[in-house]
Amino acid sequence: MTNTPYIIELIDVKKVFDDETIAVDNFNLQVKKGEFVTFLGPSGCGKTTTLRMIAGFDLPTSGKILLNGEDISNLPPNKRPVNTVFQKYALFPHLNVYENIAFGLRLKRVDNTYKNDAGESYVKRERLTKKEIDRKVKKALEMVDLEGFEKRSIDTLSGGQQQRIAIARAIVNEPEILLLDEPLGALDLKMRKEMQIELKNMHRRLGITFIYVTHDQEEALTMSDKVVVINDGEIQQVGTPTEIYNEPINTFVADFIGESNIFNGAVTGKFKVKFCGATFECVDDYEINQLVDVVVRPEDIIICKPGEGQLKGKVISTVFKGVHYEITVEMGKFEIVIQSTAYAEPGSTIGMRIEPDGIHLMKPVYTINRFTGEITKNNTVKFGDGEFECDVTKLYPGSHLDDEGYLITAKGEKLDLTGTAVNVEVDTHDITMSDDEDAGGVTGTIISMIYKGDHYRYIVRTEENEEDYVLSCPDLWNTDDYVSLIIPKDKIKLTLKHSDDAED
Amino acid sequence: MKLRFNRKQLCIPYAVFLIAFVIAPLLVIIYYAFTNGKGQFTIDNFVSFFSSTNTLGTLLYSFALAVTTTLVCLLIAYPTAYVLARSHFKKKHVLLMLFILPMWINFTLRITALKEILTAIEGNIAAFPFVNSVIGMTYDFLPFMILPLYNSLAKLDKNLLEAAQDLGANKWRVFLRITLPLSLPGIISGITMVLLPSMTNYVVLDMMYNSTYIMGSLIGSYFNAYDWNNGSMISLILLVIIFIVTLITNRFSDSTDKNDKEVVL
Repeated sequence: MTNTPYIIELIDVKKVFDDETIAVDNFNLQVKKGEFVTFLGPSGCGKTTTLRMIAGFDLPTSGKILLNGEDISNLPPNKRPVNTVFQKYALFPHLNVYENIAFGLRLKRVDNTYKNDAGESYVKRERLTKKEIDRKVKKALEMVDLEGFEKRSIDTLSGGQQQRIAIARAIVNEPEILLLDEPLGALDLKMRKEMQIELKNMHRRLGITFIYVTHDQEEALTMSDKVVVINDGEIQQVGTPTEIYNEPINTFVADFIGESNIFNGAVTGKFKVKFCGATFECVDDYEINQLVDVVVRPEDIIICKPGEGQLKGKVISTVFKGVHYEITVEMGKFEIVIQSTAYAEPGSTIGMRIEPDGIHLMKPVYTINRFTGEITKNNTVKFGDGEFECDVTKLYPGSHLDDEGYLITAKGEKLDLTGTAVNVEVDTHDITMSDDEDAGGVTGTIISMIYKGDHYRYIVRTEENEEDYVLSCPDLWNTDDYVSLIIPKDKIKLTLKHSDDAED
Repeated sequence: MKLRFNRKQLCIPYAVFLIAFVIAPLLVIIYYAFTNGKGQFTIDNFVSFFSSTNTLGTLLYSFALAVTTTLVCLLIAYPTAYVLARSHFKKKHVLLMLFILPMWINFTLRITALKEILTAIEGNIAAFPFVNSVIGMTYDFLPFMILPLYNSLAKLDKNLLEAAQDLGANKWRVFLRITLPLSLPGIISGITMVLLPSMTNYVVLDMMYNSTYIMGSLIGSYFNAYDWNNGSMISLILLVIIFIVTLITNRFSDSTDKNDKEVVL
């Protein structure tokens, strides 16, 4: 065994499925022995696939998985010291509770040391004795508080009890790592809360490493030592629950973990940022004029008298949420959500103050769409799975098109641009969506949307090559809407590809 | 006037059908089985069946033939159904259809074709009566074995197989301890569908110039000779055998439902 502090390491792991969808990409993670690690992300983000690769049900397309420093990437599941608690329990319906839990024990072989007549010791690989199996099953049942359930058949158990049996069946084998694939997803809220606490206690008592998969951010924050936020097959951020919540690295994390107000802003000076028409002190240092995404947690906005504080707005709704009120405030074209224990009368005007440490700045991931494309016969441009009308004369200053569609340069040269490779840039504000499929140059599905106070930022993904278009739009659409994208002719900025290369 | 039925009245057509085509013939068979040619009550028919080595031999022979056919069907059908159910091949329904398709072709036509093929291979097909009967019946009954097996294997939860692997079972053990026991209902219904008909389906044998006798042919020959009494008695005995076999197989599938592991392995 190589000496390493990490029980499991994933190095550049990538998984591409048969239909060429990339499920997991560029996945690097190190887990220490005894840690409670949670993979958190929306459904379809690749978290379960990663778990399945650790368990051995799926093999990585490339990259390595190390267990205690040894490469186990291609080991079958039965050879890995890892056990899984499945989302739908996967208890064996033809076996009773005892046999379910004993399943792994009956297959286990242990090295026992004996002494022969000459006094030499020798090692024999043996099955566990019936007594040992009995003892271990009993202990596992105690662990999950289901003593005396041995003879019960699986279909007489409630969902919560089945869940416990599934956990007992996994931990009875004393795995080095316990993998849990959304194990509480099928339970009701109260049951789920109870099981969260029990799982956490179990983790403490057993001291084995837990890798937990969930899409429930609250579950992730309450249970884990370390949270791995995943989106679109890639790790977004790794950190303790506090780090993830207080210092989200990008708008995705901010939006996914907890409630957030997200605005577009610009840095106006040292520790100064402007958004929502006001200038704020902040703690993040960026270059002047840098465009930033600003994240403000609803509980970090303090209500004060109108005129005090940096912002002023009209309350449009106040909803009682138990511990706090959720207050929506309108400031011109912006909308902001506040969580406060203080009540604000709808219709009244209030002031709002945000302390510097309540403002989180992050570099925007997308400000412009960049593609490489090709000019077609009809002087349209093909890029990002679509075809758009464009103004090719902009490629050559002073040029114009003749009657046959050939480009005549300022010097009078006649050029056939068909097949010319170009760089395409489209600003996020210049793309509009339509539900008429034929209206635009390309169609796709909305895969992500984030509200930014006065507009939404959408990502639309095309079907064929999964090209992503980022666009800003004040109208509300829904994720998974199928839309076509319209880009006006004069908003498509073209540059010749080879001339760019020459500049480099 | 509006026609109104209550639920009880709705079962009248079924009851009439049941009485006319199931209960009445059954009573007639029982009547003939326990009378002689003059209409007097007798158990001679029963005694003569079990005292004649000829009829007992036929019973044993048909049983052996049926069991062999069932086993051969099972051996061919299980791997086929397994592969079909587990394959990711998109067109697997087409493959399944290929196995079912022969059922759509007239049975006589199929057996005639088979006869020609066997003649080409064996020369005189009358020389291998048992083997040919098994081949003929297997050909005829295979789809009835594949379908229930395919159904039970296809609905097998893949998570269970992964769970077993996860707990340390290799591929072979996963099959023995999970796949096989959970497909037992399919196996049992497949056996029921093949075993019983192959004890009586003498048409296959007749068409292949087969000189051997099975239960079906025995009954046929008695009825052809207008010996309705003996024919009825044999039918009745066969009925009882079928009843017992059904009872046993039902027991088996019931106990798998109740998770009785002793039956499983």
